[in-house]
Amino acid sequence: MANVLVVTSGKGGVGKTTSTAALGAALAQAGEKVVVIDFDVGLRNLDLVMGAERRVVFDLINVVQGVAKLQQALIRDKRLENLWLLPASQTRDKDALTDEGVGRVIAELRTKFDWILCDSPAGIERGAMLAMRYADQAVIVTNPEVSSVRDSDRIIGMLDSKTVKAEQGERVIKHILITRFDPARAARGEMLSIDDILEILATPLLGIIPESQDVLRASNVGSPVTLNNVASAPARAYTDAVRRLMGETVDMVVPTERRGLMNRLLGRRAA
Amino acid sequence: MSMNLLRLFSGSKATAPVARERLQILLAHERGLRGQPDLLATLREEILAVVSKHIQLDPDKVTVKLDRGPAVSTLEVDIEVPNDFEKTKALAERRAGAA
Repeated sequence: MANVLVVTSGKGGVGKTTSTAALGAALAQAGEKVVVIDFDVGLRNLDLVMGAERRVVFDLINVVQGVAKLQQALIRDKRLENLWLLPASQTRDKDALTDEGVGRVIAELRTKFDWILCDSPAGIERGAMLAMRYADQAVIVTNPEVSSVRDSDRIIGMLDSKTVKAEQGERVIKHILITRFDPARAARGEMLSIDDILEILATPLLGIIPESQDVLRASNVGSPVTLNNVASAPARAYTDAVRRLMGETVDMVVPTERRGLMNRLLGRRAA
Repeated sequence: MSMNLLRLFSGSKATAPVARERLQILLAHERGLRGQPDLLATLREEILAVVSKHIQLDPDKVTVKLDRGPAVSTLEVDIEVPNDFEKTKALAERRAGAA
């Protein structure tokens, strides 16, 4: 049965698009049939992070409005044959997305894919609401920083009240994904710890993605970080997160960079 | 222990506990208010309505502040009243009587 999963956060710049691409690719690497949908109308970027920006012809709004068929708008990944992208429109008005239209597209995707990952725009406006509207599960991307945690709390409230699941008296399964985590700074008390964040948000943890240069390197070349450098710390963290999404029990550790001698002498190891 | 030593050498203070406490207080309030009408706005409106029955108010001379604490919060309404407000009041009453 298909899983509709929204990647959301409220706050911008915390890593929603990076995480959508990385989780989507990791699920596809695990053999699942995956589509990632960009809901950020007017500010699409998932195509760029996935390296498909030059292959966009039709988009989500074209499909919602019946201008294009779903098959015409879906872009198949060049590296993974069971990974697909449904891009957002860069030019249309975001009001062109309707609740009913999005519902129809998601229902059709459910018949074709194992996982439907919805990359939410920042904020709590229409695009963000529609991205979460039909979700069965939610990954709430959170940075260890006060404004991000506050916005995550707000989004959790909306997942519990504004989704179809919530209106039917059911629950969206929620997971916290902590990104840009620096274990050394957290250990020194300069950064909110994992325990602090989880206690405040009272939501289970899906994974901890360490702050890493590999994330920028991957987006520079248009490749999900789990594909670009499988052995990198963030790739291993996303892969672990995906195994948990698929029901496996995986020990929660913060993968660390493979350090040189100087780094090892100067830095601290992750707990 | 080792954390304290580290801090001694680095000269920085642990700020994460402050972040944690501020968030806990803030979110406790925000969760309570979710789906409710804005209490602060309602209080402000109603208090000003009562006061303006007796005094002519200049909206720019009114400040409303809310300070949220862990156990109690304070709502501070600061209204600047001109010294001749008794006269203004009498005038307002006469006008109301005439109407």
